[in-house]
Amino acid sequence: MSPLLKNIVRFALFILLQVFVLHQVRPLHQFVVPYLYFLYILWLPFNMKRGMLMFVSLLFGLTLDYFLKTPGLHAAPCVLIAYIRPFLVNQLISQEGAEQNYASPSVKSMGWAPYATLVVITTVLHHSYLVFLEWMQFDNFWFFAGKVLATSAVSLLLIFITELLFFRKEKFRTNTA
Amino acid sequence: MRNIFLFIRRFSNFLLFLVLQIIAITFLVRYNKSHEAAFMGVAGEVTGKISERYTNVNNYFGLKETNDALVKENTRLRNLLKDNYQSPDTTQRFVIDSIRVDSLLRIQKFKYYDAPVAGNFISNQNNYITIHRGANQGVKKDWGVISAQGIVGRVVNVGPNFSVVMSALHRQFSVNAMLKKGGERGSVYWDGESPLFLYLKDIPKSAQVQKGDTVLTSTVSDIYPPGIMVGTIAEIINEKSSNFYKLKLKTATAFSTIQYVTVIEDLQKEERSQVEKEVKKN
Repeated sequence: MSPLLKNIVRFALFILLQVFVLHQVRPLHQFVVPYLYFLYILWLPFNMKRGMLMFVSLLFGLTLDYFLKTPGLHAAPCVLIAYIRPFLVNQLISQEGAEQNYASPSVKSMGWAPYATLVVITTVLHHSYLVFLEWMQFDNFWFFAGKVLATSAVSLLLIFITELLFFRKEKFRTNTA
Repeated sequence: MRNIFLFIRRFSNFLLFLVLQIIAITFLVRYNKSHEAAFMGVAGEVTGKISERYTNVNNYFGLKETNDALVKENTRLRNLLKDNYQSPDTTQRFVIDSIRVDSLLRIQKFKYYDAPVAGNFISNQNNYITIHRGANQGVKKDWGVISAQGIVGRVVNVGPNFSVVMSALHRQFSVNAMLKKGGERGSVYWDGESPLFLYLKDIPKSAQVQKGDTVLTSTVSDIYPPGIMVGTIAEIINEKSSNFYKLKLKTATAFSTIQYVTVIEDLQKEERSQVEKEVKKN
């Protein structure tokens, strides 16, 4: 499957999963909302231009928002993590030239520790911004902190399970091929 | 001039980031204010259709609860069949003719329409319900929405075939309610924390309140008929500094399992708002 087609299918699958599975789960606790959809943005290929990356993220966030009737609420954090992602990848990547040799960020292309760091930082950033927008008035700081922490923990667990279940076999590409 | 272009080129990514952020935030702020957003009409039709497919399957798992709720509602309604009608004030009528005037004539005030739920979320701070009945089927903005068990919300956005309902689990939702026992009125709101509980504020401390007491919609509510169930008191919060109680209510409606709702049209709404507006003008 071509990368473009693969990402379009992923787009639809992540939205449907978030709307019809994760958002239908009865609230476990007032702090916990299981979010997984933003993993799509982390899985986008390395070679996408930053402008394109942000634009796709805005579209992705807005699509989710139209389902949940909250236009803009998820789109803004998505654009934020799309903007941050290239910085983090540049900082964290260990193998020389891995961006050229592999298609997209994954355990295999970046290594366990750097990839985990990338995931943790983007998750916490995404949730902080999202909860901040939901609670524009900071009348209760502990609610804010608790919700960010609990929601991030659940998201990380879900991402971990997803990475184990759908292990992406990244092909090593060389210039000579 | 050249420097400006250089600047824009150098920071193009950052500027694009800012622009996209502003777009997203503008969407959010505008929608919170007016419940209208760009492409919301088209998107609402598409997402409504997809959500309905899902709900059609999902409804089978809740058939028993729906049946129970309907049976209970029917029993309750049989006990108060006349309550949807109000009688005109006949004491002021000056009758010269000797022909008998029917003083028992009643005027219908509320009209009910049923609607299946197409999409329903309860895990956000601002929750909305999509229902499969829109402008083509006669729904208008600001109509009340109830379920078999109690209040659900208010229509905020109407498409041709689907409408969006602001759920009672929404930070901006507010409705006037009263204690069934004493009739003291206050306003109901949601604090955004648990979908199982609403809050009722402004109940004077002279009122007799007890855990488990029933709270109903009041006679001054502008979208609901009086006497629709809101919830039961779960906790009495006694704020020492004020003369009012804040009551924590257990919601009557199980928001996570609603399958059918009833949309309510107030036939005298225009008259009411017109009269109220004229008073404000003076």
